[in-house]
Amino acid sequence: MATPSRSRSPFGLPSLDVRPSVVSVIGLALVAIVAVWLGVNLVKTPELFFNVFFIGLTNGAVYALVALGYTLVYGILQLINFAHGDVFALSGLVASTVLFSVIGIGADSSSAAVAGGILLGLLITMTFFALFNAGIEFVAYRRLRNAPRLAALITAVGMSFIVQNVGLAIYDVDFRSASQLLPRTPVFEIGDVAYPWNKFVVVLITVPTLIALTWFVRATRQGKAMRAVAQDREASSMMGINVNRTISVTFALAGALAAVGGMLFLLQFNMRYDTGFELGLIAFTSAVLGGIGNLTGAVLGAMLIGFIQAFNEGLTWYTPGSDWTRSIVFGILIGVLVFRPEGLLGERTPEGA
Amino acid sequence: MAERAGAAADLARRVLRHGGTLAIVLVVLAVLYPTYVGWLSSLPLVGDFTPSVAGLVVIIVFTMMAVGLNVVVGYAGLLDLGYVAFYAAGAYTSAWLASQHFSQTSRHIGSAGLNPELPGIHMSLWAVLLIAGLFTALTGILIGLPTLRLRGDYLAIVTLGFGEIIPQFVRNGDNLFGFNLTNGTFGISPIDAPGFGESLNTTLGLPVNYQQSFQRESLFFWTALALLLFTVFCCVRLRDSRLGRAWVAIREDETAAAAMGVPLMRTKTWSYAIGAFFGGIAGAYYASFKSGAFPADFYFNISIFLLCMVILGGMGSVWGAVVGGVILGWLNVEGLATIGSKIAQTTGVNLEVPKYQFGIYGVIIVAMMLFRPSGLIAERRHKRELEEGVHDDEPMYEDRHT
Repeated sequence: MATPSRSRSPFGLPSLDVRPSVVSVIGLALVAIVAVWLGVNLVKTPELFFNVFFIGLTNGAVYALVALGYTLVYGILQLINFAHGDVFALSGLVASTVLFSVIGIGADSSSAAVAGGILLGLLITMTFFALFNAGIEFVAYRRLRNAPRLAALITAVGMSFIVQNVGLAIYDVDFRSASQLLPRTPVFEIGDVAYPWNKFVVVLITVPTLIALTWFVRATRQGKAMRAVAQDREASSMMGINVNRTISVTFALAGALAAVGGMLFLLQFNMRYDTGFELGLIAFTSAVLGGIGNLTGAVLGAMLIGFIQAFNEGLTWYTPGSDWTRSIVFGILIGVLVFRPEGLLGERTPEGA
Repeated sequence: MAERAGAAADLARRVLRHGGTLAIVLVVLAVLYPTYVGWLSSLPLVGDFTPSVAGLVVIIVFTMMAVGLNVVVGYAGLLDLGYVAFYAAGAYTSAWLASQHFSQTSRHIGSAGLNPELPGIHMSLWAVLLIAGLFTALTGILIGLPTLRLRGDYLAIVTLGFGEIIPQFVRNGDNLFGFNLTNGTFGISPIDAPGFGESLNTTLGLPVNYQQSFQRESLFFWTALALLLFTVFCCVRLRDSRLGRAWVAIREDETAAAAMGVPLMRTKTWSYAIGAFFGGIAGAYYASFKSGAFPADFYFNISIFLLCMVILGGMGSVWGAVVGGVILGWLNVEGLATIGSKIAQTTGVNLEVPKYQFGIYGVIIVAMMLFRPSGLIAERRHKRELEEGVHDDEPMYEDRHT
């Protein structure tokens, strides 16, 4: 809404616009409670705390890759691409086929073969899912670009189910994993705190990916075009930017990032056709937390969510535990939308205010 | 008084003009369904696709929820992806108020045909349905207040979030600081059935308790039908009311509606509350029919299933929601399994059609949005809104924030 949010509501219902000071006090109080909780846990069980911290880092990296896909697409089309989480899950499943059947590495391969296989597998799945995601845009969203946004959003929900069922049709309901490929020997060890290789690999792959993405968006002509289209589609088409191609490239980029995330998830955990639903929601929450449309924000939000999830599931002092993870993630989402709808790093958008 | 009578006569005229005869014939056919279902299912080809009376109860309950969801999605244009939360709230209301769950106490308030010594809270199911509706409407308002200020897509996500939180709360609610509120994953069962008690049975011949009656399913069916007709009636009247017109105004252009003096928050909250009200009643009734409320029933896909009904039928069209609900409900209860086994019989290929039911709903959603966004039974105004700009190259107006 274009009306300033601080104005008194002229309508019958009591306005929810509490004075900003009160809102920020409540928000800060919540943050303070979390900080105290973390501090007590750190003092009580320091080894556990740091081990859980590394789990959070790993989760956060995977979430970041998926969250970037949401934020890229939202930035350019103002569309929540519901299907993105399912594209991620499908990419992980396809990656399992590529690794084991096409490239043919196994638990007994040498580490050089495993490293080469993973990189080759990444190239294959990234290319394939870049095309796949751009294809989804071409088939389902392009026709609705000028329709009401509700129409595109509903289509995205439908696409999500279609992609999920493609995964179901090909891979059935079985779980797949490639976690046996990576060694669990520690990179470094301080007392009882160990950082194992299989978690380090995630960081090793994520950081270069993020650097490459930043370079692409900041320094290339196509990246510049993307930013221009995100700002104003009509004006950029007047400046001679091919809007359709730019949007396709954005979707391709998002698909490739999801493929990286899918590969990393496969190397850590079990996944099956419906893994993407929950992970997609977590990643979307991360994007909103960081400020949707903002690439740095998506990574920051994903890291925070990854840590919160890991701390909730791993720590012992007053933790709700994994039964409540979903509720906590959504509680954060709702809290962010109520207290700071623009997200941590975002600008105040017409949506949130 | 005279004004009201005039309005009623006007309504009657309008019903008759808009295919009223057809509607009456359909209702009569539906009411008589239990009498000819046996004959129908003995027919050679049709028989395989004939749902049982019990199956039809399920179809009607889901149709009722679709009609309720239509108030939120179709009238007010707010995408609600968490409608299953209202279904859960309704189901658990009837589980709390009409079962042996709270066996610490023994309270009977108008319970029909039960042993008065039975522990737990046992209220008359008719009262429970109303309370469930009101409680769920309150839940809808509570969910709505912090979120309805957000527009469009954010709202969808937040409702989705609530649709996930409430089932998780229900699943984990067996030990809330030592108190067993929801009995966790086991759910609560059995739940009392509706009935009219001994005195009404002797004077009017109404059944004492549906569960103990030998025509249990038919009784549940007729009551469900009555509830559905009540819902449809309310929704048709609401559409033409001042509130209904305010919803449509918001759906078409929020800013313009606000400028015309439509109170945005209040109007949207009403749509949430009313949509939730019907979802709650349907959920409570279904729980009573199934004689249990189980957390496994409340998952995200149900919300999408209901949304698909509304979209297939036509957003904003009550009859569309009914038709969409019946078609998809039938597919869900009976159709997909039968089609699958027919294909397996004739071609020898087992496609496992029911396994892909949500994929099929996804295809329906996407196909409808792309090729017929206004649904099978299009609401005229909504058709214009949705098709505007879809097939044109030039947008009719600046579309970044619409």
